[in-house]
Amino acid sequence: MTSRQKRFGFIGLGLVVLGVATALILNAFQSNLVFFFTPTQVSSGEVPKGRSFRIGGMVEDRSLTREGDGLTVHFVVTDTAKRVPVTYKGILPDLFKEGKGVVAQGQLVADGTFVASEVLAKHDENYLPPEAAEAMAKAKAAGAQAQSSSTLVVQP
Amino acid sequence: MIPEIGHFALILALCVALVQGILPIYGAAVGNAALMSLAKPAARLQFLLILTAFGCLAYAFADKDFSVLYVASTSNSQLPLHYRLAAIWGAHEGSLLLWTFILTLWMFAVTLFSAHLPEATRSRILGVMGLVSVGFLLFMLTVSNPFERLIPAAPDGRDLNPLLQDPGMVIHPPMLYMGYVGFSVAFAFAIAALLGGNLDAAWARWSRPWTTVAWCFLTVGIAMGSGWAYYELGWGGGWFWDPVENASFMPWLAGTALVHSLAVTDKRGGFKVWTVLLAIMAFSLSLLGTFLVRSGVLTSVHAFATDPKRGLFILAFLAIVIGGSLALYAWRAPKVGLGGSFAMLSREGMLLANNVLLVAAMGSVLLGTLYPLFLDALDLGKISVGPPYFDSVFVPLMVPALFLMGIGPLAQWKKANLPDLAKRLKWAFGVSVVSALTLPIVLGNWTPLLSLGLLLAVWIVTTAVVSLRERLTHVTGNSLMERLASVPRSYWGMLVAHCGIAVFIVGVTMVKGFESEKDVRMNVGETASIGDYTFRFDGTQDVMGPNYTAARGTFRVSYDGSETTVLYPEKRRYPVQNQIMTEAAIDPGLLRDLYVSLGEPLDDGAWSVRLYHKPFIDWIWGGCFIMALGGALAISDRRYRIAWHKQEPAVPAPTRAARRKVA
Repeated sequence: MTSRQKRFGFIGLGLVVLGVATALILNAFQSNLVFFFTPTQVSSGEVPKGRSFRIGGMVEDRSLTREGDGLTVHFVVTDTAKRVPVTYKGILPDLFKEGKGVVAQGQLVADGTFVASEVLAKHDENYLPPEAAEAMAKAKAAGAQAQSSSTLVVQP
Repeated sequence: MIPEIGHFALILALCVALVQGILPIYGAAVGNAALMSLAKPAARLQFLLILTAFGCLAYAFADKDFSVLYVASTSNSQLPLHYRLAAIWGAHEGSLLLWTFILTLWMFAVTLFSAHLPEATRSRILGVMGLVSVGFLLFMLTVSNPFERLIPAAPDGRDLNPLLQDPGMVIHPPMLYMGYVGFSVAFAFAIAALLGGNLDAAWARWSRPWTTVAWCFLTVGIAMGSGWAYYELGWGGGWFWDPVENASFMPWLAGTALVHSLAVTDKRGGFKVWTVLLAIMAFSLSLLGTFLVRSGVLTSVHAFATDPKRGLFILAFLAIVIGGSLALYAWRAPKVGLGGSFAMLSREGMLLANNVLLVAAMGSVLLGTLYPLFLDALDLGKISVGPPYFDSVFVPLMVPALFLMGIGPLAQWKKANLPDLAKRLKWAFGVSVVSALTLPIVLGNWTPLLSLGLLLAVWIVTTAVVSLRERLTHVTGNSLMERLASVPRSYWGMLVAHCGIAVFIVGVTMVKGFESEKDVRMNVGETASIGDYTFRFDGTQDVMGPNYTAARGTFRVSYDGSETTVLYPEKRRYPVQNQIMTEAAIDPGLLRDLYVSLGEPLDDGAWSVRLYHKPFIDWIWGGCFIMALGGALAISDRRYRIAWHKQEPAVPAPTRAARRKVA
């Protein structure tokens, strides 16, 4: 082989690896990206059907109930505007508390319940997970808008 | 008073770092010996100053000086002394000080072990490290000063996050930073070579041990972090492809590629330009990792917005270091030259493939880590990239690399012969295939991934045996022991590190293939079984810790009717931050771990409980430690020890001999 052919060989090899890596990455992105939605988006039907996604917000006060097996729990996630009932079977993280922020990953089933496969609460006492904080902030902003527009409608 | 001394020491250190970063490099460029000779004393002085600052901060923590903002926000009067000291690196400001301290420690080491280097090279190396230090000191002094006062002083501190109150916190971050910052030496060597324009085999031989030491520290640091996550988080896993973990893994991948490409530059004078690029890459990723983890940008890109000055400084610093070194690279690399030519099927070719695959894997991790940040920063929606992404990209890229790992050490330099290689490796291949097919069946669960994992592990070990056997026939000595002893340490190091990978693969494969877990509700006196082990729950009792209260459960574990161990998992409550923490109980073993963690208290003394049976999990960390041991063996090789004392010839010995013959 001449050095020229060799160089082309190496470049070709590099391109093949690059191509394979790109293909793997695109393929994995396609099936493994998890999108985040707020309870408001969930109730307005913006969420994907039959695909896993994340929701975030506050665990509504006094909404946590536990089934007889001690493991299946039901609670409501809210962004103060809309509520989404959540079911989860398993042990909740240490930082899970009513009235505190939470992020859950799972799927929406036909009756509008979010069946969580994973509940995340990686944050301290006073600190909301950023996703949850954003959900609440969005709902608040939207609420303010809705209120002002409703005042406009009511006034005349 | 003491914190002010620390603060003042930092300011003095900045002045010294400026002198160290500018004058010696200029001196080397114009050939002024007086300026060059400044580098060594400046580096040592800087080390002493940062040591002083570090000591002052440690004193403030030990003394519970809550008039220092950083002390007040990361410790508490109830916190035991060793955790107060570990709290030095419990948050952003102190971590930066630790980083800078370790950087000066490495500088100090360079001044001690560089007698054999040419004056100009040493000046440039220390100068570049001084410039890096300037960046960190400026950052600390302008926007994240650990000595900032809190007036009036807080009555008590806000405490260290209970998650961090663990022996792992005392040792893991310093180890990890030794690795991160250690790559700054390789980086400085590379920049020095670019500045000087001479990059030969001697250069590679000098920078090789430094890179390997840093790599060893990083390997151990990552393994410790993973082990810590395993027992502390109560989720029974050690690696979650979390951005924080990825941040430490990317420099490791680049560093591993660098260690291998340095071998080629050292032995064959090849891959020069590529080696330099990898050195730049490894250190840039270390910087990126430090900032990703410590700036808070991973919890939310909006963490930048809360302190935009900090964010801008970080971005500017990264841009200057990475951009500057790449610009220098683009300008000077053509002068360095490519090195010798080689056939595609040769040891160089295999090592090149290893490098390409490692870098591709690094790129995929980088993309998966940064992509969500970009989307979030551009307000295009929030996404998360989870473990499935990394598993499905990383594993296929690593499999060919691991397979080549078996062949590489057996292939000749320059040009290898395929039929010959096949002949030498046929029984290793046979043994691997047979054991990959039969072992899973013997173990009772055949899956393709299980088979693949075992195939690779056995392949790596058997090829290592073949390689050692061939090596032994070439060395002189009468008895086997004599011949074993005459095999160079660096060669042993390579074999040991590769076998460490095999042990690691066995661990991962067996855990993935055979682990079992169970979440159950357990009443007092009730039993639950998992993986042939029976756990009986004997209730909980309240215990008091130094700064927490806990419910401690008692689990009696039996196997075949006889008791094997008693486990005491805890659910702790830390009152200062009002935080609940799960403290898992683990019975470790060579072939399996038993793992119990308490969930939540239910009625009548019952608890929800999580049980795990994890076969071979300790092999994962064991493998990492064996890899690091391999690195340590390689550094202890005679050829480096000789290099400390006298300057080695720039041209590899065989070439020189050949030339003499021609002459």
